[in-house]
Amino acid sequence: MIACEDCLRRTALVARLAPHVEHARRERRRLRELLALSDDDLIAALAGDRRGAIRQAHEDFDAAHARERLDAAAIDAVCRHDERYPLRLLEADDAPAILHVAGDPGHLEMLAARDAPAVAIVGARRAGTDGLQVAHALARGLAAAGVTVISGMALGIDSAAHAGALAVGGPTITVLAGGADVAYPASKRSLHRELVRTQAAISEMPPGFKPFRWCFPARNRTIAGLASMTIVVEATERSGSLITADLAQELGRAVGAVPGPVTAPRCAGSNALLRDGAFVIRNAQDALDEALGIGVATALTGRGPGELEPELRGLLRRVEDGRDTVSSLASSPAEAQHALAGLSELELLGFLRRAPGGRYVRVL
Amino acid sequence: MLAHVTTFTLDGLASRRITVEVDLRRGLPAFTIVGRGDAAVRESRERVHTALVNAGFDFPQRRITVNLAPAHLRKGGPGFDLATACGVLVASEQLPAAALDRWAVFGELSLGGELRHCRGVLSVAEGARGAGIAGLIVPRECAREAALVDGLEVAGVTRLQEVAAILRGAPVPELPPPVAAPAAGSEPDLADVRGHPGAVSALTIAAAGAHNLLLSGPPGTGKTMLARRMTSILPPLTNQEAIAVTRIHSIAGRHVADELVRRRPFRAPHHTISPAGLVGGGSVPQPGEATLAHHGVLFLDELSEFSRSALESLRQPLEDGAVTIVRAQRTVMFPTRFQLVASTNPCPCGMAGDDRCRCSEADIARHGRKLSGPLLDRMDLHVQMPRPKAEDLERHEGTPSDGIRAAVLEARERQAHRLAGTGLTTNAEMTPRLLRELVHADAEATRLLRLSYSEGTLSARGHGRILRVARTVADLDGCPRVGAKHVGVALGMRQERVLEGAGAA
Repeated sequence: MIACEDCLRRTALVARLAPHVEHARRERRRLRELLALSDDDLIAALAGDRRGAIRQAHEDFDAAHARERLDAAAIDAVCRHDERYPLRLLEADDAPAILHVAGDPGHLEMLAARDAPAVAIVGARRAGTDGLQVAHALARGLAAAGVTVISGMALGIDSAAHAGALAVGGPTITVLAGGADVAYPASKRSLHRELVRTQAAISEMPPGFKPFRWCFPARNRTIAGLASMTIVVEATERSGSLITADLAQELGRAVGAVPGPVTAPRCAGSNALLRDGAFVIRNAQDALDEALGIGVATALTGRGPGELEPELRGLLRRVEDGRDTVSSLASSPAEAQHALAGLSELELLGFLRRAPGGRYVRVL
Repeated sequence: MLAHVTTFTLDGLASRRITVEVDLRRGLPAFTIVGRGDAAVRESRERVHTALVNAGFDFPQRRITVNLAPAHLRKGGPGFDLATACGVLVASEQLPAAALDRWAVFGELSLGGELRHCRGVLSVAEGARGAGIAGLIVPRECAREAALVDGLEVAGVTRLQEVAAILRGAPVPELPPPVAAPAAGSEPDLADVRGHPGAVSALTIAAAGAHNLLLSGPPGTGKTMLARRMTSILPPLTNQEAIAVTRIHSIAGRHVADELVRRRPFRAPHHTISPAGLVGGGSVPQPGEATLAHHGVLFLDELSEFSRSALESLRQPLEDGAVTIVRAQRTVMFPTRFQLVASTNPCPCGMAGDDRCRCSEADIARHGRKLSGPLLDRMDLHVQMPRPKAEDLERHEGTPSDGIRAAVLEARERQAHRLAGTGLTTNAEMTPRLLRELVHADAEATRLLRLSYSEGTLSARGHGRILRVARTVADLDGCPRVGAKHVGVALGMRQERVLEGAGAA
């Protein structure tokens, strides 16, 4: 089924009114209330002096032309009247009229059912190494269990989550603030290319659309709406990820957070969520238990240390106990070489990874 | 009357034969020097005039014309003083003309007629021997340096009067006694380094295989201290290398002792250095730090602070082991076969891996990009030097340099044996083709390499680096085949890719 004319018209209207929305936001009008308005009310509320011209353009809307543009950009449009449209997202009265899909629309179809497993992983752009690693590992565990990982391709946690899901072949969906065919931020070009090639990038805005500032919180509402659970990995107290968590709460969805050091400002926001009652997420298994029910799915854990030779197992235990650099494992150059050889092997086997500062950390 | 005197001028690291022609003519007294000399040569007139008078000779009240031939070559420095003075003496018949047939002279004069120390005497002596000249008269302070060249009679003199005496046939004075060399024990020893067994081991591998080494760690962990001890575990200079190093340091005016340089040079230029300072330059090209570090260690502390142009200028020296400086009139080639050791902070604030690190993903990526490129491609070893914990510092014993140097020497011998006939001597120089032919990994090692390949840990280029380093580790162990442990060590010292989105994007 192709997107219906009304929904195409609505999308074009929102895109046309985008600068006006930006202006209205500055006057502190609530974004979600605006986006929930009907077409006529939206024009009345936002267009101001240009009301006549915009209403005229709205009435003259050429659906055939819009469809051609979608085809040209190789974008699939799934409108809210389409049976492939995710039911969970429809629960929100400000749900996007159309989801534009770059890549495989099958990934979106998987979310059509009300109980389709999907978890959003969001967090800070300026994330710490540990946070990136946790996001990567969470996404890997969730995706491997068949749960769609949803995020926004921002720097830091979002991209690490996508990368983690990609590492096991997905599924993962990125929700973009601009057009689904535009890599934003531009530095994530190759991640975007990979996501479009094997997974899906979606957006409510038409192809080629350059995002306004309000498009990011608007995008967050789509992320929260698509997922049955939203996990915040690292967030400062004023982080945009907290908006996503709030939206998820308003929709009655589960919210989880990964605990961080209480002294670290970059984890203050996520820790505050935990204090307010968010689920504690330590690893992919915690997330699976909360999202699907306890015991429904078992997180894929690599090979257990039990299969290792005794010597490597001992080395692994010492690293876990905090002897995580070569100098704390060895006291002479000869011992250092020995330790290094063992650490490299553990790294290749996927038990350890190198962290900045010469540390080795256990892969979750 | 016309006199000819043979002397030499420095051209890059070599010397060129110069004939100083002195002509005396009747006319108004005048003293002119022609032949493209620099300011030091022009001022030479005043020194020669005064020195001759003060040494008790007559300064002819004639029209004196001095020509430095060949005329096309630019000539610099005060080394022509002595030749000009001798020319004047011969032309004014105070010395026999035949006296200068078998001698070349080189030296700067003081106003009192004494001879002063000059840069580049070793090159001059080599030039004299090359030109088939029997004897060379140089300032006494430089005599032993000139005498390093075999088959050349060297007269070390202190005053102009002695020069005249030798030219009249007096016996050549004996060489001055050697200046006591600085005490041997003053070289810093690796035993001082504690708490970094991994880094000491990396330094050993770097020394054994001549690999370039990148040390990364927060400020104050001892990166510089470690790097300074690199020369204490490198093999001693061979005679040929020692002569090359002495020649360079003599020309740069850095050679103070009168023996061959026996220690490998260690150069640590400040990060504000210009490209010309690093690789050499100037209108009369002078060797830069890269050349001063020839056959030794060039240490670049805080690599990311060096200007981009300075780091770029190191590309040719690293690739070719020499740098070519082209000036309008000539081309000069300086050898630059140094081993590169560099240090860097792991991130802009230097605290990466610590909770105190305030750097974002983007900051660290930017920091990494500053270092990226051709320079990093030449670094086989990358070692993290985290701040050692207090209890580790107590636990660790330092390892003395002597034992390590012996192991390094053995490893070098094994390499030389294996590479015999290829023209190379160290593992770091091995080309991909040689790696395939000469490096054999056992089954376990091959399994590890394959694993690292399929895990995406290694790129094709990284693969070659790992093999080279693993070969050196095996050489240090005395193993003919590369084993799993050797590959493991090499993998542990491979270059870190900037962690970003854990691999994607």
